[in-house]
Amino acid sequence: MIPASWYLILSAVLFSLGVIGFLIKRSLITVFMSIELMLNAVNLSFVTFAHQWHSVKGQIFVFFVMMVAAAEAAVGLAIIIAIFRARATLNVDQVDLMKL
Amino acid sequence: MIFGLSIAFWITALFTVAGALAAALLKNLVHCALSLTVTFAGLAILFLQLDAQFAGFAQMLVYIGAVAILVVFAILLTRGAGAPEYRIYTSSWLAGIAIAAAVFALLAWSVITSLPAGAGSAAPDVTVLSIGQALMSTYVLPLEIVAVVLTVALIGAVIVAMHDKGDAKTHEQKGGAQ
Repeated sequence: MIPASWYLILSAVLFSLGVIGFLIKRSLITVFMSIELMLNAVNLSFVTFAHQWHSVKGQIFVFFVMMVAAAEAAVGLAIIIAIFRARATLNVDQVDLMKL
Repeated sequence: MIFGLSIAFWITALFTVAGALAAALLKNLVHCALSLTVTFAGLAILFLQLDAQFAGFAQMLVYIGAVAILVVFAILLTRGAGAPEYRIYTSSWLAGIAIAAAVFALLAWSVITSLPAGAGSAAPDVTVLSIGQALMSTYVLPLEIVAVVLTVALIGAVIVAMHDKGDAKTHEQKGGAQ
């Protein structure tokens, strides 16, 4: 039986790597991928706790996080494509206005 | 048995963290997307190690099957396959790493200093059957709402990404034909 804290530390490492990618990269797509990474890291925590307590709620929550993340992925990538059409760049330093 | 389990954990953790590190730091966007797929696969295996069959297979279907493909399509549609012309890191990358280190320190501190739980509850293991029954009884309203959210999101994504031919701002001419 692997202690739950190992999984939680791994989840923290993945979340921090997501934060790094989110903060230091200029490409909008990488920022988007980092958000997905952070969502996945949190899912690992949920599954760890669900495993520890034999509770169905953890996996239910993971299911809803995944569904909302899928919706976010579809809309986010559509917005990225629309921004690229309007600006011809995905550099976050150049797409810092709320309008196209 | 315990030894084998921990070996499996370390191998999976290594792949997952290496994939995440590459996704966060690599220069080429396609390489980033592929490393992220490795991370998704590693997380799916970790979910399976934690007896979460439902979450593990949903992870494979949703992330490896759909999100990774979607990201690759977005990269190719925006012609970002090569290294970009601008520098890939922001000028404040040092502050970003410091913030990430602070986030990790806080999370790791709260994990390490928390009291270890007891043996856990004596309840039976969670099966896919029990998840399905919970989704169809207790959580049926959130399930329906998520279904509506997904439908709305997909329609909205199509409308947002739809190419408006009359838009003078499009860069078809500037970018040139493929």
